[in-house]
Amino acid sequence: MKLQNAIAAAAILSFAGTMGFAQTDSELTVEGQFISTEADAPAHMENVSTVYSGWRFRSEDTQAMQMDDFDNSGFVFVDDGLALMASVDGSEGRSCASCHEDVEDFAGLKAQLPRVNDSGELETMEDLVNTCRTERMGAEPWKYNGSQMAAVTAVIGLQSRGMPVDVAIDGAAESFWERGKDLYYARVGQLDLSCANCHEDNYGTMIRADHLSQGQINGFPTYRLKNAKLNTVHSRFSGCMKNVRAEPYAIGSDEFKALELYLASRGTGLSVETPSIRN
Amino acid sequence: MAENVRPRVRVPKTAAAGEVITIKSLISHKMESGQRKDGDGNVIPRSIINRFVCAFNGVVVIDVTLEAAVSTNPFFEFEAVVPEAGDFTFTWYDDDGSVYEETKSVAIA
Amino acid sequence: MAFTRRKMLILGSASFATAALAGLPAFASLTDDAIMAITGGAETSDAGITLTAPEIAENGNTVPVEVSAPGATSIALFASGNPTPSVATFNFGPLAGSQTGATRIRLAKTQDVVAIATMADGSFLRASVTVKVTIGGCGG
Repeated sequence: MKLQNAIAAAAILSFAGTMGFAQTDSELTVEGQFISTEADAPAHMENVSTVYSGWRFRSEDTQAMQMDDFDNSGFVFVDDGLALMASVDGSEGRSCASCHEDVEDFAGLKAQLPRVNDSGELETMEDLVNTCRTERMGAEPWKYNGSQMAAVTAVIGLQSRGMPVDVAIDGAAESFWERGKDLYYARVGQLDLSCANCHEDNYGTMIRADHLSQGQINGFPTYRLKNAKLNTVHSRFSGCMKNVRAEPYAIGSDEFKALELYLASRGTGLSVETPSIRN
Repeated sequence: MAENVRPRVRVPKTAAAGEVITIKSLISHKMESGQRKDGDGNVIPRSIINRFVCAFNGVVVIDVTLEAAVSTNPFFEFEAVVPEAGDFTFTWYDDDGSVYEETKSVAIA
Repeated sequence: MAFTRRKMLILGSASFATAALAGLPAFASLTDDAIMAITGGAETSDAGITLTAPEIAENGNTVPVEVSAPGATSIALFASGNPTPSVATFNFGPLAGSQTGATRIRLAKTQDVVAIATMADGSFLRASVTVKVTIGGCGG
């Protein structure tokens, strides 16, 4: 069984494979501001010494797109998000902006999410948005990975751009974090691969013509060249699971939230890059 | 009217008379190419932005004809001369007949 | 050497074949047709036009390209390997600051991107760049 798995993994990973090259040395500046794209790996990561943002694994042209807030097409969706936040929705006759008058007050929030709330539940930014909508605006919750949610979480995430990711993994968060870690290292799917097989064991190498990254999530929601729109973290998890021919966990599920916490912690020290540009 | 179409342009707020400036434009639009098929195997018909015009005080700067190979969320970067103070108008024409517009004013520094 | 009728026949048919082949147009493609529609078959020069595109496209859905031809009235872009090769045509007006345009295009597969500039004096310029378009490793 092990040999089969090894062969399957090797077959996929060695395709163009002897010619793996590591992350680029380029430096990211956005609108003239330097944003760090590497950091010493946090202590809890045993097999990795330096963490690198996904930006470092992209081609020069893709990297360039993120360096200017106009070339970065994700910003047209940030504009959508700002418009959504200013529009009244729900029985209470409020918009997001009725209470959150200045989006800049959200600075620092994205860097700490997901986190455990007072009721002991692990909350993502999407949860916070929908809680506000349902409990304070009297509005319908938005689809967890729909375009409105992606647009608004991009606006909020942008306010933390350049700030280091710093999620809590101890205390009340510990059990969620442990679960996320188990999920990260668990082999799944017909191809019997775990996140770690690609993103920890083989980052920097080529998988066919893709330059494998460390699978960091510091730039989400991200504008993907492949579908020319903002993509949320859970959508990406779902896509990745389908790529190894596994049945994906549900969008917004406990599994994906735990995985999101664990993954965020693997990026501790990287800068928030929302909205980033990726393949 | 195609859904959720939002124009976005970047124009400097001021320029010297006669200066050449860089303009960038974007519009969020699916640019349905006419090559894709739906779940039942039927071709999804083409529905794109087919023309983009930038003019300054009514004089054309650039007039672009677009085909389906222009990427979703059409992006253009080009240069314009600013002879005097005035308005840049940006117009996008959709296959479905809709017309989207944006205007940006430039003052002479 | 005497020109026997056989030799005449062979020589004759060879030159006829050559003449016939020389007269035929090269195997025409949609791109060639589209370019012919612009140039009318006129010669194109490659000096004075620059076409910039990545050697390897990170993703065929969004490939940045830039084209420049000082003195052009318009520049047409083609993707010769796409189902429909026409991509875009930049027509420069009186207030164009330069005859340059950049955009992002979709390429279905590895192919040549071709730019044809129509110059103010009625001549034509042509540039071509090969862009490799690859399939991502994860199937996505």
